[in-house]
Amino acid sequence: MSVAYPTTWRRPPQIVKDRRWRIALQLGILIYLALAISTVDVNWTRVYDGLERGQRFILGFLQPDFASRWRDISQGLVESLTMTLTSTVVGVAISVPIGIGAARNLAPRWIYYICRAIIAVSRALQEIIIAIFLVAMFGFGPFAGFLTLSFATIGFIAKLLADDIEEIDETQAEAIRATGASWLQLVNYAIQPQVMPRLIGLSLYRLDINFRESAVIGIVGAGGIGATLNTAIDRYEYDSAGAVLLIIIGIVMVTEYSSSYLRKFLQ
Amino acid sequence: MLHLQGLSKTYKTGDTALSDVSLTVPKGQIMGLIGPSGAGKSTLIRCINRLVEPTSGKVLLGDTDLVRLGKGDLRRQRRRIGMIFQEYALVERLTVMENVLSGRLGYVPFWRSFLRRYPPSDIERAYRLLDRVGLMEHADKRADALSGGQRQRVGIARALAQEPELLLVDEPTASLDPKTSRQIMRLLTEICSENNLPAIVNIHDVPLAQQFMQRIVGLRAGRVVFDGPPDQLTEAALTEIYGAEDWNAMRAGDREQAAAEAEAQARMEAIV
Repeated sequence: MSVAYPTTWRRPPQIVKDRRWRIALQLGILIYLALAISTVDVNWTRVYDGLERGQRFILGFLQPDFASRWRDISQGLVESLTMTLTSTVVGVAISVPIGIGAARNLAPRWIYYICRAIIAVSRALQEIIIAIFLVAMFGFGPFAGFLTLSFATIGFIAKLLADDIEEIDETQAEAIRATGASWLQLVNYAIQPQVMPRLIGLSLYRLDINFRESAVIGIVGAGGIGATLNTAIDRYEYDSAGAVLLIIIGIVMVTEYSSSYLRKFLQ
Repeated sequence: MLHLQGLSKTYKTGDTALSDVSLTVPKGQIMGLIGPSGAGKSTLIRCINRLVEPTSGKVLLGDTDLVRLGKGDLRRQRRRIGMIFQEYALVERLTVMENVLSGRLGYVPFWRSFLRRYPPSDIERAYRLLDRVGLMEHADKRADALSGGQRQRVGIARALAQEPELLLVDEPTASLDPKTSRQIMRLLTEICSENNLPAIVNIHDVPLAQQFMQRIVGLRAGRVVFDGPPDQLTEAALTEIYGAEDWNAMRAGDREQAAAEAEAQARMEAIV
């Protein structure tokens, strides 16, 4: 009566079925890795020098000096925060119409292609590249940073909003359309309620990305806390740089906690 | 009165959903539309308010041919046609009241609907309808907080808020349990006779259709193959609509279900 069932089982190979091919492939990857690593040219004496410099760096961070450059730091901080908030607000405000236009189920074909093209351009250009370009155009300072972050926000929010609109529950839109609603009323009654919580969540997320980016683009001259950080490192004032970094970490943590709390509250 | 003349729909994929359907629905008549899935029931009612564009034919509501209308005129005519959906199709994150008021969207300018400042008569009507469908105390709840039967009642109130001259009802009970289904069908038929409102009801449940409809139209592969009162819906007619094989399978399924139910009941009684 009793059947002897096997007591061992192995997951059958999913990609390469032949055992010999599998071993050859794994060996090939190993050899390639070894060859690739051997071509990396490392100057060990330079690494040793760097370690010493790194040590000074870390020592500086361990004794952050908030006081001696406080005026520069606070000014950079205010600039950064202003830049972050204004660029997020302006960016989101511009993103909403572009996002709606880039949703296949709402916009006519030609508007769809125009809006997707705007999004593609904004996403293709990295913040630093735009910042360099805009600093060259408008000069050093937070205005160039504000424009950079607004531009980057458009690509981010508009794309995610458009994708979200394309995934809505169509029957709700159909029902609103069937009442004789106009296009604007359709957007207001069928689309907005479905995408609003996510739009708010994305905007808060973007707020915190924009703050971090404001520190980076400051290095290429777009003002804010990044510029302060850059100056401190250029002057070998690692204690002040440490203070700046600690402040950035602190603020990112605060935005992280508060935005996740807000998002939970909105659901 | 609704008048369909030679209505046809061929989808871009080449599938013919409707071919040459002609029907007249007089005032106050509740017409059930039955047929196997894919017979074109959904397409037919969506062609009437042009959620689906018909390929050819005429849809006459009163004297207006809906097929020929431009965008703005179509919106104005859609106000005259209330629609009730299978999965309720309420806007889940809006309140019950907003969902009912959305039936007035075709009548109010954008700023009023945007600011939720509807005219007093609209608000009064919305409350009256909510009271009629028995949801007065749920007005400020979000639609997704309601049960299936309650949601369908909101759907009915929304359609009636349009003050329609015709109701299109797409599988109103497909997502509901048998008892709630009967309640909803009763409510629908009552409301139609109160307002002398014609209705076209897509329905896949043949016994339910026979119980509540005044007239039944059978659709098969996009053509009308039966048109008459429910008592003329004989075995032969049903076989014609559903095809011999499917109809027998459906009947066998019903019998099996009835048998299983009886057995379960007997067992329950034995336990008690």
